[in-house]
Amino acid sequence: MALIGGTLIGASAAALLLVLGKVAGISGIAGAIPHADTGDRAWRIAFIAGLASGGMLLRVLVPNAVQFDVERSVATVVAAGLLVGYGTRLGSGCTSGHGLCGVARASRRSIVATATFIATGMVTVLAMRLLQVLV
Amino acid sequence: MKASVAFFTGLAFALGLGLGGVTRPSVVLGFLDVTGHWDPTLAFVMAAAVGTYAVLQWRIMRRARPLLEPRFGVPSRIGVDMPLIGGAALFGIGWGLVGFCPGPAIVAFGAAVPEALLFVVAMGAGMLLFDWRTKGR
Repeated sequence: MALIGGTLIGASAAALLLVLGKVAGISGIAGAIPHADTGDRAWRIAFIAGLASGGMLLRVLVPNAVQFDVERSVATVVAAGLLVGYGTRLGSGCTSGHGLCGVARASRRSIVATATFIATGMVTVLAMRLLQVLV
Repeated sequence: MKASVAFFTGLAFALGLGLGGVTRPSVVLGFLDVTGHWDPTLAFVMAAAVGTYAVLQWRIMRRARPLLEPRFGVPSRIGVDMPLIGGAALFGIGWGLVGFCPGPAIVAFGAAVPEALLFVVAMGAGMLLFDWRTKGR
């Protein structure tokens, strides 16, 4: 199922590239919306709407697929969101932009970025366990 | 036409994320919990996704142009710089705190998961904060 999901992810990103010539980097697609002109904004909003609609569909078809199945405080969720929002803009990408699309075309920038965010992600999870912070 | 294509690729992308299991933070955090109970699921999802995309994009990029646009809009910067590394580092911390990155969070938001709504709003604020700080440069 992981491999099926991954293949579908890769194929849909490729479809976006083939038809619209765009990279499926979600932080970039979303982040550029405030600055985009009308034509550029339309496909971006449509893609994001597609993602959200996919979530709606999954909720009906595969209810267990989408759930927040960990315990985190409101403060932690907010902090995480802020860091992800700021960090993806500063770093010009996220798991889909760098980790999928950039790595797949062997971009050095993306390989470095991906290694970096995986590393700090792992350190963060380790730190949280060591500190045994009830977050 | 273009918006429809974008919508349906987004929909398919979301289904892929959901089927892959990465719209559940426990799966992502399990992968990042490298010293604990390691869950390789995310690695398999990424491997399948990267492998599929790599083969397809190699063929697609041999075209002169995409189907509905005059040119490709693939990033072309080469140099590794501090904003890239710093940004990735911060993103990774946020990712490791909760197990959400932009895509899965938006999918979960669409599925009406309350924590995802909170996360997406905060993520939007974080993005706008960056824009505000870099305004005029």
